Amino acid sequence: MTDIALTADTTFRPGTSDAEIEAAAAKAARNRRRTVLFWRWVILFVLLGGWEAGARLGIIDEFFFSRPSAIWERLVDWVVNGTSEGPLWLHLWVTMEEALVGFALGSVTGIVVGIALGRNRMLSDIFSIYIKLINSVPRVVLAPIFIMIFGLGLASKVALAFVMVFFVVFANAFQGVREADRNLMANAQILGAKGWQLTRSVVIPSAMSWIFASLHVSFGFAIIGAIVGEFVGSRHGIGLLINIAKGTFDAAGMYAAIVVIMIVALAAEYLMTLVENRLATWRPAPLHDTQ
Amino acid sequence: MPAIEASASPAVELINVSRRFLTPDGKSMTAIRDFNMSVARGEFVAVVGPTGCGKSTTLNLVTGLARPSSGEVRLFGGPVDGIDPRIGFAFQTDALFPWRSVIDNVVAGPLFRGKPREEAYAKAREWLARVHLSGHESKYPHQLSGGMRKRVSLAQTFINEPQILLMDEPFSALDVQTRVIMHDVLLGLWSEAKASVIFVTHDLEEAIALADKVYVLTAGPATVKSVYPVALPRPRVVAEIRYQEDFIALSRTIWDDLRDEVERGAARDEAVAA
Repeated sequence: MTDIALTADTTFRPGTSDAEIEAAAAKAARNRRRTVLFWRWVILFVLLGGWEAGARLGIIDEFFFSRPSAIWERLVDWVVNGTSEGPLWLHLWVTMEEALVGFALGSVTGIVVGIALGRNRMLSDIFSIYIKLINSVPRVVLAPIFIMIFGLGLASKVALAFVMVFFVVFANAFQGVREADRNLMANAQILGAKGWQLTRSVVIPSAMSWIFASLHVSFGFAIIGAIVGEFVGSRHGIGLLINIAKGTFDAAGMYAAIVVIMIVALAAEYLMTLVENRLATWRPAPLHDTQ
Repeated sequence: MPAIEASASPAVELINVSRRFLTPDGKSMTAIRDFNMSVARGEFVAVVGPTGCGKSTTLNLVTGLARPSSGEVRLFGGPVDGIDPRIGFAFQTDALFPWRSVIDNVVAGPLFRGKPREEAYAKAREWLARVHLSGHESKYPHQLSGGMRKRVSLAQTFINEPQILLMDEPFSALDVQTRVIMHDVLLGLWSEAKASVIFVTHDLEEAIALADKVYVLTAGPATVKSVYPVALPRPRVVAEIRYQEDFIALSRTIWDDLRDEVERGAARDEAVAA
């Protein structure tokens, strides 16, 4: 139910038919969408064009900042011929594998522990201090330790991605459980729900929106974990490409690797939103959707 | 002869019940004090009192969600031990599960209680028909009007066939017209189900129109001030009954009694705020 959000200056003559009002509203919505798209493209062109022109005119130092066309050429080169360290797809796959495995393990553990501690006051009182303690460690400093323990391969990056994801998801799952509506809990109990039934039918669904909010953020964290791990020590991966590009002062290579990561992260975000909308059909639709 | 004793005992009894809370700063606060009430089987009891006097607390004691600090709560002559399956509860606010469709909300009780799926769904459809919501099975609560949501709630509660029905200002969020319709729906369901009802409300007319007996509570800590039997004949039509002479007379009598408490409660709230 969208309010017929006509612009403020449209008033209709008495006797305007519903069809006319609907047509006008549809037109207004179309125009709005067009304007939004138009400005999005304008901003992109101005930014990239300015960068390119600045680099060619020598205002921007190409050595440090490269230029869009060089980055594009590098991307095409990587896709067609592969990188100096082997095919791009191999590196991309290695990074994705690390991030995905770390994300899956971290989020599942985060959800389970979050719900368990959220449901049990005693456990949460006992463990909260330790969780705070570990949470206060900047995750990135664990990278060298994990490399030392788990070696240069998959396991060390998965471990790093795991700790990055776990705490975010845990905190949200925990909070979501605590915020579960007390009326709904009481209602379910009086209707006959006991123990696990109560958790499954009230606690988890009401914590779901919190958990999903954290999953959106934490997939990005999983990628950070994988790449930082690769910086510190690895044989494959996008992080390695960036590291090598840095070693050879190859700015275009670094930016190209960043673009690859951007595309992957955006695709993951999109997929996650699809899944979430699928699971949350019960929620009222947002009133305005300009997308 | 315990069997005879049990069948003669009232559905709900509160005997000298008190309930104290610990406030967040560690102080003890008395919500209800020396509370006595008895609800016979099949009887409809309404409880009125000033706002914040502890009406809802009495209901929680009957459900077993809260325990009395002293005194005793009995259901059909037995003590309350945990949440009793013979109890149904209608909440003031919306207590439907927003992530479940209408039919999945109604079917929740039987499924929690281990009924086979098909039987439970057949029964749920039957109850939805009884509250005139057939055809809305697959909608979600946010797609329904307030009155429709209330009817889903009633179906959700009644499907468990509660012998004791506790209602905590269930219709206070509805507009006046819808509320009158819901009163008739409720009386219809109640006369079929033969349950004992405790109906908490701040609306005196609602209390008189529905109940066999009206309890007036004092301003908090709550205790029973007086009990008024309502002798109006049944079946009642709520929309019309409020214009009858005896209804008006009774409502004036009870209001005179209640007004003192409302004023006392308001004065106390102001004293606290000052």
